[in-house]
Amino acid sequence: MEPAEILSHAGGGAISLAWLMIVLPLAGAAILLIGGRATNKWGHLLGVLMSVGAFVVAALVFLQLIGLDPAQRRQSVNLYEFIPGVANIGLLIDPLSISFCLLITFVGSLIHVYSIGYMSHDPDRRRFFAYLNLFVAAMLLLVLADNYVALFIGWEGVGLASYLLIGFWQYKPSAAVAAKKAFVVNRVGDFGLLVAMFLIFAQFGTLSYAEVFPNAAQASQGVQTAIGLLLLLGACGKSAQLPLQSWLLDAMEGPTPVSALIHAATMVTAGVYLVVRSGAAFFPEGSTAGLVVTIVGVATLLAGAIIGTAKDDIKKGLAGSTMSQIGYMMLAAGIGPAGYAFAIAHLITHGFFKADLFLGAGSVMHAMNDEVDMRRYGGLRKLLPITFVTFFIGYLAIIGFPLLSGYFTKDGIIESVMHHNAILGWLAVLGAGITGFYMTRMVVMTFFGPKRWDEKAHPHESPAVMTWPLIILSVFSVGLGAYLILSNRLLVFLAPAVGQPAELPVFHPFSVPGLTTLALVAVGAGIAIAKYGRSEVPVVQPRGSFLTVFARRDLYGDALNEALFMRPGQWLTRLAVFFDNRGIDGVVNGLAAGVGGSSGRLRKIQTGYVRSYALSIFVGAAVLAGAWFVVGTL
Amino acid sequence: MTAIPWLSILMGVSVLGALGVSFLKNDKLAKQATLGVSLLVLVLAVVMTVGFSPNGDRFQYAETYDWIPSFGVHYAVAVDGVALVLILLSAVLVPIVVLASWHDAEQGKRSVRTYFALLLVLEAMMIGVFAATDVFLFYVFFEAMLIPMYFMIGSYGGAQRSYAAVKFLLYSLFGGLLMLVAVIALYNVADKNSFLFPDLIGAVTDPTTQKWLFLGFFVAFAIKAPLWPVHTWLPDAAAQAPAGAAVLLVGVLDKVGTYGMLRFCLELFPDAAKWATPVVIALSVIGIVYGAIVAIGQTDIKRLIAYTSISHFGFITMGVFAMTTTAASGATLYMVNHGFSTGVLFLVAGFLIYRRGSQFIADYGGVQKVAPLLAGAFLIAGLSGLSLPGLSTFVSEFMVLLGTFERYAVPAIIGTTGVILAAIYILWMYQRTMNGPTAESVAEMKDLNGRERWVVAPLIALIVVLGFFPKPLLDVINPAVKESLVNVKVTDPAPVVAVKEGQ
Amino acid sequence: MTTHYLVLSALLFAIGGIGVLVRRNAIVVFMCVELMLNACNLAFVTFARQNGNVDGQVIAFFVMIVAAAEVVIGLAIIVTIFRTRRSASVDDASLLKY
Repeated sequence: MEPAEILSHAGGGAISLAWLMIVLPLAGAAILLIGGRATNKWGHLLGVLMSVGAFVVAALVFLQLIGLDPAQRRQSVNLYEFIPGVANIGLLIDPLSISFCLLITFVGSLIHVYSIGYMSHDPDRRRFFAYLNLFVAAMLLLVLADNYVALFIGWEGVGLASYLLIGFWQYKPSAAVAAKKAFVVNRVGDFGLLVAMFLIFAQFGTLSYAEVFPNAAQASQGVQTAIGLLLLLGACGKSAQLPLQSWLLDAMEGPTPVSALIHAATMVTAGVYLVVRSGAAFFPEGSTAGLVVTIVGVATLLAGAIIGTAKDDIKKGLAGSTMSQIGYMMLAAGIGPAGYAFAIAHLITHGFFKADLFLGAGSVMHAMNDEVDMRRYGGLRKLLPITFVTFFIGYLAIIGFPLLSGYFTKDGIIESVMHHNAILGWLAVLGAGITGFYMTRMVVMTFFGPKRWDEKAHPHESPAVMTWPLIILSVFSVGLGAYLILSNRLLVFLAPAVGQPAELPVFHPFSVPGLTTLALVAVGAGIAIAKYGRSEVPVVQPRGSFLTVFARRDLYGDALNEALFMRPGQWLTRLAVFFDNRGIDGVVNGLAAGVGGSSGRLRKIQTGYVRSYALSIFVGAAVLAGAWFVVGTL
Repeated sequence: MTAIPWLSILMGVSVLGALGVSFLKNDKLAKQATLGVSLLVLVLAVVMTVGFSPNGDRFQYAETYDWIPSFGVHYAVAVDGVALVLILLSAVLVPIVVLASWHDAEQGKRSVRTYFALLLVLEAMMIGVFAATDVFLFYVFFEAMLIPMYFMIGSYGGAQRSYAAVKFLLYSLFGGLLMLVAVIALYNVADKNSFLFPDLIGAVTDPTTQKWLFLGFFVAFAIKAPLWPVHTWLPDAAAQAPAGAAVLLVGVLDKVGTYGMLRFCLELFPDAAKWATPVVIALSVIGIVYGAIVAIGQTDIKRLIAYTSISHFGFITMGVFAMTTTAASGATLYMVNHGFSTGVLFLVAGFLIYRRGSQFIADYGGVQKVAPLLAGAFLIAGLSGLSLPGLSTFVSEFMVLLGTFERYAVPAIIGTTGVILAAIYILWMYQRTMNGPTAESVAEMKDLNGRERWVVAPLIALIVVLGFFPKPLLDVINPAVKESLVNVKVTDPAPVVAVKEGQ
Repeated sequence: MTTHYLVLSALLFAIGGIGVLVRRNAIVVFMCVELMLNACNLAFVTFARQNGNVDGQVIAFFVMIVAAAEVVIGLAIIVTIFRTRRSASVDDASLLKY
């Protein structure tokens, strides 16, 4: 089934007020940033309020939307003319965008609440909430936009918020560098997105979804593929997919709520959103672009998982896992309508359980004086009972423990990919096994075994303002997957926005890939328990085998970037500066010096001796007379 | 109602103000008077803009008087949408620069009041050069503008001010003289006994003559803009000029070059312009990438900003010569936005340098901690320099690239790499000056004071508002640009796939 | 007949010119200039007589007047220079250069 037509909203109801979703958090950010220190006292409360307000609006819009006939569920609300003749600012309310809105505002609000506790000792907490609000507004604009230009504003807006929040503790050079790196790498992706937009505009003369999507098929095959690949480049940048993955691990320099909200639950999934949103037009089933998406997805899911196995920093381990899980979503998004629902379902459940895990990690760090090295944890389950239970639920969800969220969504992806391309499917199964290993390793190293922290740390459970969000997130981590997948609820809901496959998938609890996945996960978990649970974990990182180092160094991604781009870039820059100063400016100054020098030499003719002047007069007269004779005889 | 001579009033107020200021004995009073005069000009300019009807005649507020009748030279001024927004840009920037330069002239070789009088003279010249519709008058303003700027750099600049001022003057004069030759030749070839711009459109038909005359104008504008490879005067001039003068130099004066390309090169010599397009586009693309790469390697904050401008001017000339409505409107909008964006960047950098007394990036570090507002303003200014969506520069850069892509896909794609490089040069500079541990030398640095906030706030507000709502400016610019392109006889390429209007 | 006068005029002019170029004493240089002027006068007068009109004679008078004026100013300068520099050599008055 093709996606439904995008209708122009006739007005009325919550849909015509959907812009409030964006404006509320934006206003929050503006008030907190402009208000300055005067708002320090209540700034965090305002931030939470705005985020919750956006959630309320999203919920109202959602309720209105499900009240409509499915064919009517894609409505665009034009707000104002942005660039005359090129683009308007308008919102597209459809099942896809509203799903994202609910996820962003709900998880976002929980993380806002959590941050009240987490950032309570930071003198700049107000600024933190301003940036969080800015992020929520930009992210909502990204998913709600009804054309690529508005999407791009949100796209770069979240990039800005991410930059500001990664570099929130900017006095740490590592944080400042990581923030810059994230922005620059994202810009590489944005380059792709920009060129894709130019190509779309040159082809269709418009950038609005409503006009581009129905006509996409009229463009030549090559152009469609080119647009698809360029969009994918943008998606890779934002979603930390290979080859633009390197920024995400460094991005963990930001405060943990940021990692949970931006670098796990929402922003990094924007790439998946872009692929799914443009899917029917530029990544149709069986297209080259779609194939490349799946390959990128599989490569990243394996790379992320491998990186996750070797990290001792709990947040970096989770970051590797995020890369990997987004790889799954990309993989599913690449196979066409059969995978969209699973991609989005995994995206939503991942948003909950990964936020749960990150916030749990934050809670642990909060308890341990911001220690992030898991080798210095151990035995924390008794001291942090709530954190432990919620983290453990998140853990079960992510490894795909039967009946929890991840089980349904990840299994769905593997099943649907298996139908599409068995090799990719089995690689995804392998990734699931590795997930079982690194997540178990993380849980064992953190919560089990003997304590390995030194005497200065006094682990304590976090305050209620931090634990309640954990509890809520873990509740959703348990049940959401089943709710979305069973009887194809999400698939049917999304169908008007993204289309649906000819035959609806049926959930098989005991298929071969499903059972293999479970078995591999169990094996992975077993190895982790054997290696880290049964034997002692050294506090100091052992050197490790070649493979461990390979994974620890992020598969040499940074080294590669450094060798391929940074060093040649530095040389090029030096060369260009030299060329400019000596070459171009050298010519300019050389000309000036030449003129100056020759005039300096020429003026020596003026000797001051009368006789030499007289001689020149005579010579001149003689030359004139001679010339006159010559001309006269001609 | 008799027509009010708005443009002459604008110039007259500035010139009279300059005279008045130069006679004041008290420096403080001179500053206040300058601020008052420039604000008055701003108010008048705004009133004039409100009365402008975008869809009316192309040239409005026209005044024409004979000046040298035997040669057909007129004092003729009028504005179309393009000129109007640029005059508005000058009128907005001058009071801000006055406020920002409050203490800049105190170490100068000449008196403080002279500096402010020069500012006002410069303002009159800037208005005149954009308003002139007589080619000869345009030339006169074009050259006369150099004089106040020469003194502002040469008498109030940094250590190497004489070198920079002379380089600036000679470079510009060289281009100006080529243009003078072309102006006179144009008059003779056209044989209309008139220097009036509308009379000269389409007057030169011989292709070879067109090419020569085009080159005469183009070289002058390319130096002014500045286009690669005749750009090297700009970093020296901008780095040595006091911050306020640098703002007007890069923000407004250089726009005369790109404005001249759009107005004179394209409309007077359309065939020659099309003949030269491949070369100009190539130079622009080189300028975009080259300027950005050299900017990355700079160690001096002001030189860095100057090089970013060279990159940005590459975008503007590319947009002008792409000759599509979107690109040319984008380029015009870019001129305005770049004025605001580079303006605030130079001014904030100026505040920073004034506090620490050094232009070198290496002398800073961790300023964010001690002066968060200053750092915030610097960041926003920088972000507008890297064309972040939501800030005004994005709109224009996007339009330029979008419009250029329609006709010249490959140059547009290469130009788009500029967005990556821009992120590197801006954020790296920001990181080195503002982030990290606070350097000892800046530990005592004070945050922005009240006056400085008033300098920065209006510009940032403009950048943000125009970033989300560029329509008012574009509504003024678009009709004028369309008429220009009609004179050039080009039409926009049609989209490959015909999309039905509406739904 | 005319030729003889013109040859004499040319000889006098050449002697005067060489004198201007090679002599250093300002007075002698000056006299050589006078010699050149008078050589010209001779040529003028010759042509006047040959052509049978008085134009050449008149110009000769003009030249004499100019020469007289020149002598007045020139001698004054030479005397002034001699007073300050104790020398009448033109090579010593070479400060006005480059």
